[in-house]
Amino acid sequence: MNDMSESDRLPTLPKRSVVSMAGEKLLEFIIRLSGISAIVFVLAIFFFIFREAAPIFFSENFNLVKFLFNAEWYPTSVTNVRYGTLALTVGSISVTLLAMSIAVPFGLGSAVYISEFCSPRLKEALKIIIELLAAIPSVVWGFIGLTVMSRTIISLTGAPVGVNLLNGGLILALMSVPIIVSIAEDALKAVPDSYREAALALGATNWQVVYRVLLPSAKNGLLAAVLLGIGRSVGETMAVLMATGHAVQIPHGLLDSVRTLTANIAAELGEASASSDHYHVLFLTGVLLFILTFAVNLTADFVIRGIRRK
Amino acid sequence: MEHSEKAIEIIDLRLSYGVKEVIHGLTFDIYRHEIFGIIGPAQSGKTSLLRCLNRTIDFESSATVSGTIRVDGSDIRRTKDIYALRRKIGMVAPLPVGLPLSIYDNVAFAPRSSGLTKKADLDSIVERCLKQAALWEEVKDRLHTLGTALSGGQQQRLTIARALSHQPRILCLDEFSIAIDPVTTMRIEDVLKELRKEITIILVTNLTQQARRLADRTMFLWNGDCVELDSTEIIFSDRPANSKTYEYVNGIFG
Repeated sequence: MNDMSESDRLPTLPKRSVVSMAGEKLLEFIIRLSGISAIVFVLAIFFFIFREAAPIFFSENFNLVKFLFNAEWYPTSVTNVRYGTLALTVGSISVTLLAMSIAVPFGLGSAVYISEFCSPRLKEALKIIIELLAAIPSVVWGFIGLTVMSRTIISLTGAPVGVNLLNGGLILALMSVPIIVSIAEDALKAVPDSYREAALALGATNWQVVYRVLLPSAKNGLLAAVLLGIGRSVGETMAVLMATGHAVQIPHGLLDSVRTLTANIAAELGEASASSDHYHVLFLTGVLLFILTFAVNLTADFVIRGIRRK
Repeated sequence: MEHSEKAIEIIDLRLSYGVKEVIHGLTFDIYRHEIFGIIGPAQSGKTSLLRCLNRTIDFESSATVSGTIRVDGSDIRRTKDIYALRRKIGMVAPLPVGLPLSIYDNVAFAPRSSGLTKKADLDSIVERCLKQAALWEEVKDRLHTLGTALSGGQQQRLTIARALSHQPRILCLDEFSIAIDPVTTMRIEDVLKELRKEITIILVTNLTQQARRLADRTMFLWNGDCVELDSTEIIFSDRPANSKTYEYVNGIFG
């Protein structure tokens, strides 16, 4: 007996068509491909840089230990060619360390201020200004270093040249602060408001909430912010080329001029004739730079894991 | 019951979010050492009322509060030390908010915030509060693991322990039993009966029977108005003053 009318019956759900199922598979494939492509690109970049650098290992003028631990860089000397990059490595590291020791406290501090303490209107204004700061091209920063900063340093310290480690470090700090601020602010914003309210309801002051609750729970994001700042500093080329003085020496003080790995490659690659030893060795410094940043990232990764396990 | 001392005095409390008024002029007192039940359907202003008490409503930028609230005789809008006020009032939220700290640090958070640093003192506070919240036996061997890794019910008891850790004069429980199994709920209810000797308890609950079991007086709040406030026996009797109360507690509407 069936006295249900046609309209009472539930419509039968259509079977999914072959096209839509195939479409889903295709989409899945594309997404997987774009995920894997990140790995492929990194490996490919490493491979091509290394391929350009490899011939140097067969040159009689080259010695890997001297390359790493000798400070004498005379790639175009007619009689005695020396490819020591120690001064360049030290230059890169010292400029980065100086920049980070200024940029990290300022960056994290202003991120905390923007996210936790300032009024909504000021917050909007500050965020726009900081984004603007991040958008200034590096050659403009280099120009500021070369002119304004250089003159200021000479008049304040009496140093003979204004383009030096201090100048480069300050310029790099100014360049990395916006990145650190915006990433760190995102990390703090991601901490649920319920944490803040729970802590405040327990009678904590704003500052106690920041260092007892927010900093611990946002530490991964904050570390990522610092890492991106370091990455920016190590990789920055044009601004340091203009602001550090570009002298190959191991610095003994803040007012010594230095040259970084990146600035060296940028300045000399145009001059080196293709497939000469000089050309290959510049690519090898590229590999060195690659390994350096990789080491920084790896260390940070271990640090994060260490914190997590705890 | 001695009704001489007032723990909280509320006079013509009004609260609006933007232009929408959600509490329309409440006036009542809460006496010391009583369990004060607040019942009422969703959106009736129960949680907002609690947030007015410890002034966490201040974080809501659209909220405007008028009227007077006195805690221990002093007006909370004029208080100089908002942090001391918040420590005086323990607050337990309906869904547990375990801070991303260890179990120990969660409970020691408020004492530390108020400046207590001695390890022995902190240890004894942590142990006592966890015992009061019926959680000690389950976590005593892993006090230094993350509090957020506990189960929902355990986290809720952790927040109760935390709310007790600053030795509040008033404990506000906002539907604390949502995430807890009935057995544990009963254990905590027993704890609350014990605690009443020392502190005043405000119990906001959707389980009308819970208010019936625990509260000395119960207020029926509906759409931001107090429909009826009387001793629990009368609220849950066959003839409360307002017929709406009868209908609500007997599940006829609401």
